[in-house]
Amino acid sequence: MATQTLIYLFVGLSFALYIGIAIASRAASTKDFYVAGGHVPPVLNGMATAADWMSAASFISMAGIIAFLGYDGSVYLMGWTGGYVLLALLLAPYLRKFGQFTVPDFIGERYYSRLARVIAVLCLIIVSFTYVAGQMRGVGIVFSRFLEVDINTGVIVGMGIVFFYAVLGGMKGITYTQVAQYCVLIFAYLVPAIFISLLVTGNPIPQLGFGSDVADGSGVPVLAKLDATLTDLGFAAFTDGTKSKIDIFAITAALMVGTAGLPHVIVRFFTVPRVSDARKSAGYALIFIAILYTTAPAVAAFARLNFIDTVQNTEYQATPAWFKNWEEIGLIAWRDKNNDGAIQYAAGAPFDGKPVFADERGASGERVLQNASTENANEVYVDRDIMVLANPEIANLPGWVIALVAAGGLAAALSTAAGLLLVISASISHDLIKKTFVSDTTEKQELMYARIAAAVAILIAGYFGINPPAFVAQVVAFAFGLAAASIFPAILFGIFYKRMNREGAIAGMVAGMGFTWLYIAFFKFWRPDLNVAENWLLGISPEGIGFIGALINMAVALIVVQFTAPTPHKVMELVEDIRVPVRR
Amino acid sequence: MTPETRDHVSAAYWRANLKLVGVLLAIWFLVSFGAGILFVDVLNQVDIAGFQLGFWFAQQGAIYVFVILIFVYVHQMHKIDERFGVADDDEPDSYDVMDEEEQG
Repeated sequence: MATQTLIYLFVGLSFALYIGIAIASRAASTKDFYVAGGHVPPVLNGMATAADWMSAASFISMAGIIAFLGYDGSVYLMGWTGGYVLLALLLAPYLRKFGQFTVPDFIGERYYSRLARVIAVLCLIIVSFTYVAGQMRGVGIVFSRFLEVDINTGVIVGMGIVFFYAVLGGMKGITYTQVAQYCVLIFAYLVPAIFISLLVTGNPIPQLGFGSDVADGSGVPVLAKLDATLTDLGFAAFTDGTKSKIDIFAITAALMVGTAGLPHVIVRFFTVPRVSDARKSAGYALIFIAILYTTAPAVAAFARLNFIDTVQNTEYQATPAWFKNWEEIGLIAWRDKNNDGAIQYAAGAPFDGKPVFADERGASGERVLQNASTENANEVYVDRDIMVLANPEIANLPGWVIALVAAGGLAAALSTAAGLLLVISASISHDLIKKTFVSDTTEKQELMYARIAAAVAILIAGYFGINPPAFVAQVVAFAFGLAAASIFPAILFGIFYKRMNREGAIAGMVAGMGFTWLYIAFFKFWRPDLNVAENWLLGISPEGIGFIGALINMAVALIVVQFTAPTPHKVMELVEDIRVPVRR
Repeated sequence: MTPETRDHVSAAYWRANLKLVGVLLAIWFLVSFGAGILFVDVLNQVDIAGFQLGFWFAQQGAIYVFVILIFVYVHQMHKIDERFGVADDDEPDSYDVMDEEEQG
């Protein structure tokens, strides 16, 4: 069967599966809609959490980013897994014991304050929308490359699917579709990884192949060969970084703390029956995540090696079809600087900025670029996002593997988008409408508001998918930075520091969020020209500043609490109560 | 149980919990921020099975240890829960209890 037919088949089947599950698990009550009735077994919740967590960024972009960053890419690997240790040990069991529906619920009750609740809702909405825009963009990329429809149609189809199961099924529908999506995405990630590991090293397990010798009889380990190849071409060695130690430290910390503070991940732990299940479920979630996260750096190394092997000094006309396919949609570009008809790949940008194509062809048949050339010898522009998607083609794998990867990328993007849309709708219907403005809402009305909010959120997310703000990639730093600097410290103090009061928590959240926001906005939007290491505070980049934001939040909260009215006795008792799984 | 002994037991339970979490988080810090970042250059002098050790911790080892840490926590916490008689093994789903309280 042709690859194209296989792609339609695989994607079609996976969509039919998600819709089938959604119909089978409709939500009947607000409890079903917000927390899947609280009946999800820990292993399944672990799977759903993994799918919820692993977004288009994890599936599509991460290995590509590591392929180009090498050691520096470790910040994502450690940051996005280490956060689960914090979540499991410091937050999940206690929030489950608290036993309400949303993250602002906890903050509002614990700090006996509507204002705190509203601030939490605000943080949650900013964090979640930032994130969801990226998912819709991921859906668009997969559709445009593999299904040969334009990005807008892709986004609309994706919206339709999410609309169906998020609005109908709420958390219950989302949970069980996420379990299916996890299976699809992990299978789709591992199959090509195993193939490529076999091809490059002869070892079928990517995690071991990563340390094995290259299977060309030379007896050189993969990483040693990659280091040598890259340094020859003028790049930094794969196992070395270019970022400073303090920046690596801060980014890793910001991502860890941010992960533990992401509302759509936290609410997943509200869905299990017991406190002990919340702990177990965090462990299962991390196993399921680690399977992909330990494979990704191996895939990254193999992909970089394969890519260089394939394109270096190859004549443009002799390049494989994937090179031209990705060039067609503008994610690869080539300018023949030395007019030899062959591709030379080296360190540095080949030309200024993102490729802008003219409507004509060059001497070898390549798309002509309008950008100004740079001085260096590099002739190739490669968008990092294509590495995972192009990998099976680069390695010449069979058509069904390519089809599988397309279905997997969509599963990753859709599962995360649905999880995010749910926390947005829950915080609007539950925290804003019911708990803040219209306190006499009946359960039936609340469920209706939740569905309407989900539908509106999907439309807004779709709008961002079709008209991506130019800064989508850059605002990801916002999502983690803000979650780290606002939500995480407030919850942590809420559980571990009984005396933390309303004034301290609110002052801390405002200070942490304000500082992080200003720092990122200054370097990313206001003065991007100043965004270099010399100007950074302590050498910490905007990506890592959330860590400092979190420390500022804690410091301000601890100072303010000394000078303000103590926590009411009733709230102290609430804290005592959530610290223990059951009272006898 | 009188309220006083209850408070006393709660405090002891919480201390045991904090001690466990403290030890586990120290290991968490050592394998990631320690081996993977602060001491990566020193550890990279050691080559094991095709990997420089510091690099391996940063891209593989830390993640394996994270998984182990959570399961050690689950196991040890369960033991602490049982020792203090607060384990929730045989408890009904607490959301159901909430429902019953509301109805009753």
